[in-house]
Amino acid sequence: MYQTTYHRASSVDEAAALFAKGSEAKFLAGGQTLLPVMKQRLASPSDVIDLGRIKELIGIEASGDTLSVKAATPHYEVATSDAVKKAIPALAYLASLIGDPAVRYRGTIGGSLANNDPAADYPAATLALGATIKTNKRSIAADDYFKGLFTTALEDGEIITAVSFPVPAKAGYAKFPHPASRFALTAVFVAQMKSGEIRAAATGASQSGVMRVPAIEAALKANWSPTAIDGVNISASNLLADIHGSAEYRANLIKVMAQRAVTAAG
Amino acid sequence: MGVEGIGARVVRKEDKRFITGKGRYVDDIKLLGMTHAHFIRSPHAHAKVKNIDSSAALKMPGVVAVLTGQELVDDKVGNLICGWAITSKDGSPMKMGAWPAMAPETVRFVGQAVAVVIADTKNLARDAAEAVVVDYEELPAVADIQAAIKSGAPQLHPEAPGNQVYDWVIGDEGATDAAFAKAANVVKLDVTNNRLAPNAMEPRAAIADYDAAEEHFTLYTTSQNPHVARLVLSAFYNIAPEHKLRVIAPDVGGGFGSKIFIYPEEMVALWASKKVGRPVKWTGDRTEAFLTDAHGRDHITHAEMALDANNKIIGLKVKTYANFGAYMSLFSSSVPTYLYATLLSGQYNIPAIHAEVVGVYTNTTPVDAYRGAGRPEASYLIERLMETAARQLKVDPAQLRRTNFITQFPHQTPVIMAYDTGDFNASLDAAMKAIDYAGFAARKAQAKSQGKLRGIGVSCYIEACGIAPSKAVGSLGAGVGLWESAEVRVNPVGTIEILTGSHSHGQGHETTFCQLVAERLGVPISQVSIVHGDTDKVQFGMGTYGSRSAAVGLTAILKAMEKMESKAKKIAAHALEASEADIVIENGEFKVTGTDKAIALPMVALAAYTAHNLPDGMEPGLKESAFYDPTNFTFPAGAYICELEVDPGTGKTSFVNFVAADDFGRLINPMIVEGQVHGGLAQGIGQALLEHAIYDANGQPVTASFMDYSMPRADDLPSFNLSHTTTLCPGNPLGIKGCGEAGAIGASAAVINAITDAIGKNNLEMPATPDRVWRTIHAA
Amino acid sequence: MSTVKLTVNGKAVAVDVEDRTLLVQLLRDHLNLTGTHVGCDTSQCGACVVHMDGKAVKSCTMLAGQADGANVTTIEGIAKGDELHPMQAAFRDNHGLQCGYCTPGMIMSAIDIVHRHGGQLDEPTVRQELEGNICRCTGYHNIVKAVLDAAGRMKVSQAAE
Repeated sequence: MYQTTYHRASSVDEAAALFAKGSEAKFLAGGQTLLPVMKQRLASPSDVIDLGRIKELIGIEASGDTLSVKAATPHYEVATSDAVKKAIPALAYLASLIGDPAVRYRGTIGGSLANNDPAADYPAATLALGATIKTNKRSIAADDYFKGLFTTALEDGEIITAVSFPVPAKAGYAKFPHPASRFALTAVFVAQMKSGEIRAAATGASQSGVMRVPAIEAALKANWSPTAIDGVNISASNLLADIHGSAEYRANLIKVMAQRAVTAAG
Repeated sequence: MGVEGIGARVVRKEDKRFITGKGRYVDDIKLLGMTHAHFIRSPHAHAKVKNIDSSAALKMPGVVAVLTGQELVDDKVGNLICGWAITSKDGSPMKMGAWPAMAPETVRFVGQAVAVVIADTKNLARDAAEAVVVDYEELPAVADIQAAIKSGAPQLHPEAPGNQVYDWVIGDEGATDAAFAKAANVVKLDVTNNRLAPNAMEPRAAIADYDAAEEHFTLYTTSQNPHVARLVLSAFYNIAPEHKLRVIAPDVGGGFGSKIFIYPEEMVALWASKKVGRPVKWTGDRTEAFLTDAHGRDHITHAEMALDANNKIIGLKVKTYANFGAYMSLFSSSVPTYLYATLLSGQYNIPAIHAEVVGVYTNTTPVDAYRGAGRPEASYLIERLMETAARQLKVDPAQLRRTNFITQFPHQTPVIMAYDTGDFNASLDAAMKAIDYAGFAARKAQAKSQGKLRGIGVSCYIEACGIAPSKAVGSLGAGVGLWESAEVRVNPVGTIEILTGSHSHGQGHETTFCQLVAERLGVPISQVSIVHGDTDKVQFGMGTYGSRSAAVGLTAILKAMEKMESKAKKIAAHALEASEADIVIENGEFKVTGTDKAIALPMVALAAYTAHNLPDGMEPGLKESAFYDPTNFTFPAGAYICELEVDPGTGKTSFVNFVAADDFGRLINPMIVEGQVHGGLAQGIGQALLEHAIYDANGQPVTASFMDYSMPRADDLPSFNLSHTTTLCPGNPLGIKGCGEAGAIGASAAVINAITDAIGKNNLEMPATPDRVWRTIHAA
Repeated sequence: MSTVKLTVNGKAVAVDVEDRTLLVQLLRDHLNLTGTHVGCDTSQCGACVVHMDGKAVKSCTMLAGQADGANVTTIEGIAKGDELHPMQAAFRDNHGLQCGYCTPGMIMSAIDIVHRHGGQLDEPTVRQELEGNICRCTGYHNIVKAVLDAAGRMKVSQAAE
C-alpha cells in the first residue's frame, strides 16, 4: 500500500469537508473492496476518510411502503434485520450471500453501491426494486444511478447516506457464485411491485455492469411464473466472458437464475 | 497396541502450539538489524533485459541496496539445477536452458526476478522497487504446449531447438504394436491434465543471516527438505561450503511438493545478506506464489488401449506432451517420466505398454512435483481409459476392472515397476459396498424424476511411493539417493530424542514418530521428542515428499532404535546379572523374562552415561543412528467411488457421496492417515472441478490470485467416507506403504467418470467447471 | 504516523504506526502476535481473522486506524491460561489441523459461527459459513467435525457459566 493519511469522520459534513481538503481523497466505508485495491497498489489515495463510525449513517428504518437502509450499515445487519426480513426478505437473503461472514461484518451497502462492481450483489436489488439512492446532496433514482463498470452518477465528494427501497409485493434473488471470488458469476433479482410493475435486474453478466432484463420483465408481466421464462431468448452479445463463464453461459444463467428467483419470490 | 503405540488414534503433540498461535513460521522470525527484500519481477513472458536503472531507488530513504542479475553472475553464484538426468530416445541428454536466480539478459516467464531491492522495511523495499526502471525489449512468447511445438514457434533456449527438452520412451514398442494388431477392440482417448498451482497456505519465505566473522550463513526457509537445500546451495550454487551453511526449516505451512525445490529467492537472500552485511528477509505474497512456486501437472496425452475378445487388456500406447514451463526445476524431469510412465499399468495386468513423453519449454512458470507428481496423471489417464472402454464395450466399469486386475504378487509390469503386494478386489469390494453400488440405478432414476442428472464414477489407483532404492533411482538418472537417516538419543535421565531427516509440514511426525518409540519401549510419548528441520541438529536427511516419511523415515528410526535397544539390553543384562537374550522391554523397563527382575529405562540410560559399570569394552552413552535405504518402492493402492448430481440448468456438480477404500499397509496413527486422505481427496477433487492455472496466448497469467484461481472451499466438498483394506508392505519391517498422496492421485478420475456418467457424454476435460459441463450437456 | 490505541487480548496498547499499516501488521510486526497469519492479498483466505468488538474480521482488510478504540482478540487471547477455548480443544481432538497455518483464522471464524448460530449448527451451515477461510491440508472434513463438536462444548460451557 502506498502512503496515505487516515481520517475518521464523525459526521457526514466533516467527511465532506475532509474530502474537499485532500488532494486525491477517497471515502472508506467497510473497506472490503478499497483496501484490497490499495494493497495491490492499484489505488493511491492521498487521504482515506473513514465513514464507518458515523452514527447517522448506520441503521435500518421501515415505514409503510419504504425500507430505508443507511449507507454504512454492514451487510450482516441487513441480512439479520427483522425489519428487512419482514419488508423485503429477498434483500436480507441477498445480503446474506455477499462475500463471507467476516466481509459481511465490515462491508456496507453504501460502499457496495458507490463502487458499483459489475458482479456485486446490491446493485441488482437496488435496480430491480427501483430504489432511491440518497446522498448528502440529492436523491438519485436507481435507473439514473448505475452508469457502467465501477461508474455511478455520484459526483466527486458526494456521499451516499441511505438507500430507500420501495417494499414490493414479491421479490426474489438467485445467485450463481463465481467459483473463485464468490462474487456473482450471474445473479438475478426479480420484483413484482405493488403498482404491478415487474422489474428484473441481473448482475455479474453484462459488460456494462448491472442491467435491467426487459425480456424477462415482459415475460413475467404476462405470467409471473418460472415457466414463463422458458421461452425467453437472452442474447449473449455484450455479456461478460471469462475463464469461469462464457457469454452464452451467462445468458443461460440469466434465465435460470431469473426462474429460480421467481420461485423463491413465490 | 498401547494407548500411544502403533495403530492408536493419538491426538497430535504439535497441535498445542498451532491452536494457540504459537507456531513459529519463517515470517514470524525477526533478527536484529534485519532488512527486507522485494523482488522486481518481469511483467513480460519473454523479453530481453536491456537496462536496469536503480539510481532513483538508491536515493530513497531506507534503501540499502538494489542488486541485479548481472552482479549475481559476477559473483559466480551458480545457475539453478535440475537434479534428474533424462536421456532421449536418440541417446542424447536432456536439453537444459540456463536458469539464473535473477535474469541478467533474458526473462522467460512473468514473475521471473531481474533485481532485488533491500531496504529497512518491507514497505520501503516495495516503494523503492517502483522507482527502479527496467528497460525490456519484448520477445514473442509461447504459452502452451501446442504453441511451443509448432514449427517456427518462438524459441526459449538456444540449447533446446524446437523448445524440446527431451523425447523419452519406455516399454516395448514392437510387442505393443503386435498386441494392437491382434486386438478385438481398441479404445482411444485424448486427455488434458490441467495445470495446477500448489498454493500451500503459507507463502514461501526466507531469512538469510551472514556472520562475517565466522564466514557462516544461516538460512531460515520454508522447505520440505532443508538438508537437500543445503546440499544444493553448497554444491551447485557456490553460496558456502556445507559446514558454513545452516539451513533451518521451522514450522512450515504446507508444501505439497512446492517447497521441495530450492528457489531463486533463497539463493538471492543468502548472497544479499553477505553483500549488505545484515540479515535479509523475504516473504512472498500470494501473487508471487502464483507466479513463482513451481506449478503441477500440465500434460496433453493421446492414449490407445487394445483389448481382446474377452475384454482383457493386451496393450497400451501412450504419447504425452509435458509442459515444463520456462526452466527445468529441481526434480521436474523425473515427474512425467519415471514418476508417470512407470505407473501406466495401473492395477491391471497389461502385457505390453509403450509410452513416449516429450518435454516442452513454454514461457510460463516452471512445473515440477505437486502432490502425487506424475502418478495422478498416470492414474487419471488409465482410469479414464477404463471408463471409456467400459462404455464403448457396454460392460460394467467395475467388472471391466475386475477382469483385468493383477491378482498374483509380486507382479512385474512392462514399465519397470515390480508391485510387491496388494489386493485390488478387496478395496473395490469395500468401496462398492460403502456406496451401495448395486442400488445406484434406482437412485439415478429417483434423481431423474427430480430433474437432476446423477452419476457414479470409479477410480482404482496405484502409486509408487517412498521413492525409493537409491541404487535404482541412480540407475534411472537421479542425482541423489533416496534413503533416510535417523538418530535416537536416550538422555541420561531416560527421556528420548529422535532426530530425523524427514520434515513435518503438517503430516504430524512429532506424534506418529513418537508412537513407534512408545510401541517399542512402552514409554509415554510425552517423554519423547522429535527433532527435525535443522541441518545443525540432524546429520543428514532427504526430507518429506513422495509419501515417504513413514515408509522410509520411520523405518530409519526403527533401525536406529534396534541398535539402541540392543546396547541397552546389554547394559541391562549386565546390571541384572542376566543373559542378554533373556532381556525383554516392557512398559519402560528392561525385564529378565520369566522373573521379577527388572531395571527401568532411566537407570539403564544413567548407567550408560555414568559408565561406572558397563560391560567390558562397551563405549559409554546411549545414542545410535541409522541410514535406511529402501529395497523397493511401496505401492499404496485403493478404490474410490464418487456419486454426484449435475444440475442441468447450470452445469453445477453436487456431491452425494464419496467413498475411499485405501490399502496403505500398516497404519501408525489412523486419525492422521485419514486426515492425509481427506486433504489429498480435496486436491484431487479441486483438480477435477475447480482448479486451473491459466495463461493467455501471450503468456500472461490469468489466474494469479484467489479471486481467479478457484481453491476448494468447505462448501465445495463433501464429507468423505473412508475405509481401509490391508496388505502389509513386504519391503519394510513395519509393513508401511505411505498415505500422503493417494487422495490426490485417485480422486480426479472418480469425479470425471461420475460426471460423464451423469451427463451421458464421455468427453469432458478438467476442471469440469459448471460452464464446461453445461456446454457439454447441451452440445450437439 | 498516527498513534493507534486499542485493547488487544484484554491489554490496552498504544502503537505508533504509519497510516497505511494494516491491522494484521500492527498485530504481527508491532505487538509480536504472530499467531495471526497472512495467506493471500485479496481478502479471500481468512488466515488473518481476529475478533474486533466480538465479531470476526479479516485483519488484512482493515487499516490499523480503523481499529482505534476497539477491543481486539487474537488467537493468542482465547484460552484462559492453560485452559484451551473449547474450539481450540475441538480442533485438536478432531484433528482439524495439519500444517497449522490457516488454523488461527479458522478457529476465530469458527467461534464467531457458533456465536451467531448457537446450538443450531448443522454440517451444511458450517460448510457455507467457512466460505471465507481456505485450508489446503485437511479437505475441511475434520474442521467441520471440530466446529460441530465445539458448538456442543460451547453450549455446555455457556450453560455452566
